Amino acid sequence: MDMNEIKEIFFQECEEQLAELESGLLRLNDGDRDPETVNAVFRAVHSIKGGAGAFGLDDLVSFAHVFETTLDCVRSNRLEPTQDVLKVMLKSADVLADLTNVARDGGSVDQARSKQLIRELEALANGEAPPAAEAPAAKAPAAKAPAPKAAAPAPAPVPNEEGFVPVTFSFDDFGGEEEEVIMVAPTYEISFKPKSDLYSKGNEAALLLRDLSRLGEMSIHCNMDALPSLEQMDPEAAYFSWKISITSDKGEDAIRAVFEFAEWDCELEITTAEDTSAEAGEELPMQPVPFDLSILDEEPAGPIGIAEEEEQIAAAAVSAAEVASNVVQIASAASRAPAETKAAAAPAAAAAQNTAQAASAAGQTIRVDLDRVDRLINLVGELVINQAMLSQSVIENDANGTSSINMGLEELQQLTREIQDSVMAIRAQPVKPVFQRMARTVREIADITGKSVRLITEGENTEVDKTVIDKLAEPLTHMIRNAVDHGLEMPEKRIAQGKNPEGTVRLTAKHRSGRIVIELADDGAGINREKVRQKAIDNDLIAADANLSDEEIDNLIFHAGFSTADKVSDLSGRGVGMDVVKRSIQALGGRINISSKPGQGSVFTMSLPLTLAVLDGMVVTVAGQTLVVPLTAIVETLQPEASAIHSFGASQRLISIRNSFCPLVDVGRILNFRATQANPVEGVALLVESEGGGQRALMVDAIQGQRQVVIKSLEANYTHVPGIAAATILGDGRVALILDVDAVVSASRGQPLKPEISLAAAG
Amino acid sequence: MKKKVLTVDDSRTIRNMLLVTLNNAGFETIQAEDGVEGLEVLEEANPDVIVTDINMPRLDGFGFIEGVRRNEKYRAIPILVLTTESDAEKKNRARQAGATGWIVKPFDPTKLIDAIERVTA
Repeated sequence: MDMNEIKEIFFQECEEQLAELESGLLRLNDGDRDPETVNAVFRAVHSIKGGAGAFGLDDLVSFAHVFETTLDCVRSNRLEPTQDVLKVMLKSADVLADLTNVARDGGSVDQARSKQLIRELEALANGEAPPAAEAPAAKAPAAKAPAPKAAAPAPAPVPNEEGFVPVTFSFDDFGGEEEEVIMVAPTYEISFKPKSDLYSKGNEAALLLRDLSRLGEMSIHCNMDALPSLEQMDPEAAYFSWKISITSDKGEDAIRAVFEFAEWDCELEITTAEDTSAEAGEELPMQPVPFDLSILDEEPAGPIGIAEEEEQIAAAAVSAAEVASNVVQIASAASRAPAETKAAAAPAAAAAQNTAQAASAAGQTIRVDLDRVDRLINLVGELVINQAMLSQSVIENDANGTSSINMGLEELQQLTREIQDSVMAIRAQPVKPVFQRMARTVREIADITGKSVRLITEGENTEVDKTVIDKLAEPLTHMIRNAVDHGLEMPEKRIAQGKNPEGTVRLTAKHRSGRIVIELADDGAGINREKVRQKAIDNDLIAADANLSDEEIDNLIFHAGFSTADKVSDLSGRGVGMDVVKRSIQALGGRINISSKPGQGSVFTMSLPLTLAVLDGMVVTVAGQTLVVPLTAIVETLQPEASAIHSFGASQRLISIRNSFCPLVDVGRILNFRATQANPVEGVALLVESEGGGQRALMVDAIQGQRQVVIKSLEANYTHVPGIAAATILGDGRVALILDVDAVVSASRGQPLKPEISLAAAG
Repeated sequence: MKKKVLTVDDSRTIRNMLLVTLNNAGFETIQAEDGVEGLEVLEEANPDVIVTDINMPRLDGFGFIEGVRRNEKYRAIPILVLTTESDAEKKNRARQAGATGWIVKPFDPTKLIDAIERVTA
């Protein structure tokens, strides 16, 4: 793994943290005051900041830092997370997301916006909070805690000083340093007396001294006078102290840095040699003592070594009370601890273990590269096909069906189906991330339009295949924009109508009969049918005297180029109409409907397949070829009677179904499977709903049956073929093409499919 | 024998950086995602030194350090805290909980290895 891969992981993680951040803030906005929610929000920003720092993403770090500081105020109850505060925070979350994206993909952010938010965040942190010492402190360069000057006469329990044998150090080497000939490195006298806490926190005097020795020439003396006799000795106490002389050009700060971890748990005095030499240096003869580092690599003979020998004694001291005091700790300790402690703590431990397990079970996930899952799904697809082929050949070769083989096959079929379902479930993901992105869209549009909007999401945990999720965001974003921009009224108007000035947009997801249904409802004005109708007439979409039902008028908005906003607004009028939304939903194998009540709002209902990997299809024969028609497109099938077929123009034919006429489309002719139209009476008509809402009757020769097929991309394996959506492999091993109903229907309207491509060859 | 380091951090990014840095420096690395998991794997991991984050879900760094210090076998193990803040108050808390030392983020491989070497023999 290299830094680039880690960076990639960082950005993935950022996405998760941003989602966590937003959902947390939204929960707070809904009145959730669980401290863990605040903690989770804080941690999300904190994590992003930590990672960003490691990659030197300074913009991200500085924004995250300000954000974090303000969140810390909330966390420590210095700032009440009111709606206004949360508004700023949600916006900040958006900016943080932008900064993350910029850090990953390049580009630039709205500097003014992020600066503005930094100001607002700082105001929040400073305004309510007591002059927050924390904010500036954290920004300041690593402020060193003042070293506890042990200069004050130490309340040392151990008699000291008298027993010292002062140690000299050699100045001989001083001239030797080529670059330091003029600057003579100063010599420091260090008195270092650890407290027992130093050892209990895992520090080790010997290691500190070793570290110190790297700074320069050093001589050292250990005072062991305080060491009592073995019987009186407390194995955990600190009895040794050291006097060190070190000559170093690294400065006093470097020396203090060595003791940085220990400075609170020892008495430490550092003086430059000049200060002391007058007294100490002259009075006492000094002997240079060579400091042998190798001894440090051996077992230290200090208090810790002894402490370890005394382990059993101390182990007994682990009281039941102590064990019980920390539930989580028991869970791990008790399960492996020696039997006697275990017995004592057993009930508590059992309970604790349950808690711990429950907690960890909730979040047990693994991360798998999507490619691997795709490969697996593909393989299972092959397995399903293979199993179908096997069944078919067994049936063909053994018409009587010896029961054991048949039973085995049936079980195999069941198993394959189960494997397929489970594998699909791996790629299934909750729609939550997409819904969360919508929250941002709503906020932004609300800001721009000056409307007040509340987004309610339901069924966020409804799962659907990742491939579907990825393609859902765009149409949804557009629909949300529309709902806020066109659907909801301005607050004044809402008040005038006796509505809550705050508009509501409700986004719901649920599973219904093997599909996912997503509903987007607003409580706005609803579709203005008069206006829509007029517009449709103006745009020559309908005749001026057309007699349309309310539903038909509502569905006019899905027509290409239709926009009812009097002025094309900044938001929705981005050249994308509801027709594009409808098309992208249909491309996903989905349907979209609208129902609207004037003055009460509109509801858009989308129904989508749970996966794009398999499809329920009707297997049909057309001119000797086997085709699959997606079941979702088919409204009904019927056997046309001669009396129901009517000619229209040169080659068009219509079929009358329950007193209405519907164009008859010969699939074989459209796909160039045959040169002349087949006789409708000899075939079957599939009534399909197509883009634009119109119905068509597709003529095929015969229906073979209905089955679930595994979709194989034609583009990936061959090339795009007009009129064909994809391919699949049937039980008999033959390739069957999956019909692109919309393309066939539009071809029948006089937009021919490219004729040069021979479909028979592809089949 | 390779020295064993147990790292406890909820950030996948930081975990990966620790892993790469420590492995490159010749350490054996065992990783946990939060304090609870850190305590769970402690015995099995049997580390020579621990590097832990402070802000973590379920059980934070302070709680984790206290937990380790209560374990008779590991009560004197060196524990380094990896923090974003150089904030004295937080250092203080970490120290009270029993931290041996700390490394201030942004993550710097040299600083990390130096600090680990400072507390391990």
